[in-house]
Amino acid sequence: MEYFLQQLINGVTLGSIYGLIAIGYTMVYGIIGMINFAHGDIFMIGAFSGLIVIVGLGALGLGSAGGLIVVAIIGAMIVAAAYGWALERIAYRPLRGSFRLAALISAIGMSILLQNYVQLAQGARVKPLQPMIEGGFVLMQKGDFTVNLSYLQIIIVGTTIALMTGFSLLIAKTSIGRSQRACEQDMKMAALLGLDVNRTISLTFMMGAALAAVAGMMFLIYYGVIDFFIGFLVGIKAFTAAVLGGIGSLPGAMLGGLLIGLIETFWSGYFTVEYKDVAAFAILVLVLIFRPTGLLGRPEVEKV
Amino acid sequence: MTVLLDLEGVAAYYGAIQALNGIDIQVMEGEIVTLIGANGAGKSTTLMTICGSPQARSGRIMYAGEDITNRPTHQIMRMGISQSPEGRRIFPRMTVLENLQMGAAFGDPAHFDADLEEVFSLFPRLKERIAQRGGTLSGGEQQMLAIGRALMSRPRLLLLDEPSLGIAPMLVRQIFAAIKEINAAKGVTILLVEQNAFHALRLAHRGYVLVNGAIQMSGTGSELLARPEIRAAYLEGGAV
Repeated sequence: MEYFLQQLINGVTLGSIYGLIAIGYTMVYGIIGMINFAHGDIFMIGAFSGLIVIVGLGALGLGSAGGLIVVAIIGAMIVAAAYGWALERIAYRPLRGSFRLAALISAIGMSILLQNYVQLAQGARVKPLQPMIEGGFVLMQKGDFTVNLSYLQIIIVGTTIALMTGFSLLIAKTSIGRSQRACEQDMKMAALLGLDVNRTISLTFMMGAALAAVAGMMFLIYYGVIDFFIGFLVGIKAFTAAVLGGIGSLPGAMLGGLLIGLIETFWSGYFTVEYKDVAAFAILVLVLIFRPTGLLGRPEVEKV
Repeated sequence: MTVLLDLEGVAAYYGAIQALNGIDIQVMEGEIVTLIGANGAGKSTTLMTICGSPQARSGRIMYAGEDITNRPTHQIMRMGISQSPEGRRIFPRMTVLENLQMGAAFGDPAHFDADLEEVFSLFPRLKERIAQRGGTLSGGEQQMLAIGRALMSRPRLLLLDEPSLGIAPMLVRQIFAAIKEINAAKGVTILLVEQNAFHALRLAHRGYVLVNGAIQMSGTGSELLARPEIRAAYLEGGAV
């Protein structure tokens, strides 16, 4: 029971990070029907940008840990949004209307490019960060085993809930969100109503990238080490989360993220850590075989 | 009367296939002009080409004295042109209200409530369905919504593509009455594409007959209605 509870806490924390990244995959898929395979690397760029801000400001002796993290998150979001915008502008827009595989290949190319660029610019070695927020609550104690809920975990899950709530409201209630849904449902009609479709698509990339940057910052302060390659595995797992939840569905991405985080954590806790990635990707295979539309996704065929 | 819309030798292609073969159409301010023709003659393509999707490959499109031939769609649609397109293209997973809000996306927000009331007085059915998703409406209701959505931007020129297609005869009459009212009461200029040539020619001030991407005939509505070749091709057997 105690062990289970601890795994649950860890799983929800990890799931929050996956969920935030998965939103970017699902939104881009919803609006232009492509998988942005460079999205995981935007997450990595976000983590690096945050680290640079923290180390930079920390070296100047500015700010408390909390203040530094807030500034770093905002900085990372801005930098990642700029990358997201540029990515779409350079690698995807010229290929829109071309065959579908073209954009996919371009995305993989951009992913490799971003990884190698960061490897060259920042070095290949892992970058450590001192723990910035320590301590937490001991929820339960039984013999040697304690169930911990760290402040950091509370911050991560709380921030994720706040962001997802805010973001869902943005999509559901504001005119920006309405424009995005209009583009997603019928891009040609959206243009016929005077909507600048290119602008809406750019905005979607920027929003997804900003959320991935927050996830990157969380990853950085939670695990304390990053390198240029973190975007690959985490990105693919978040993609799995988006597929599990139903690609194109916003609540699906959130749910999928949570589930993948839980599955991975419980698998590591009860079976073998070595096979945790296998567990996550086995889910991807199973979903694609038995329920390609995911848990909350819509069937592809629609009544016209 | 001033010329509001002027197409000169407009040619348009879908890929390598030529859909419009140098057509000339003029629409005066305040008129209802109809474009009739068989399936595949290029009627819908004409409306879409006016909106820049696809863009005309040759020829010139003038609107309110400005050359709009090479402008992007969203800019053209912000100049006072609205379209209720072929197939209605209601956003299926948005409510009726949201669809209408999309129509007003670039209008003055101060007009919104008044414009909404006008659309509801024209089509009271939409008010009953306000919170329903577009995809769950009947064909006739979707058509009303498509026209209502196009009106929400307070257009000067309204392009209507087959508003009677697939709709119960009762509703067809209602929709044609609404089109007449939009034109007469609000002074909106209308370019109407129709397969239902009889209704369309009776309603319109003038008409053009499109055959294989080219204008074959034009004249006032009553002139065209009286032409034996029109009767043979588009009315007899097909008339309601």
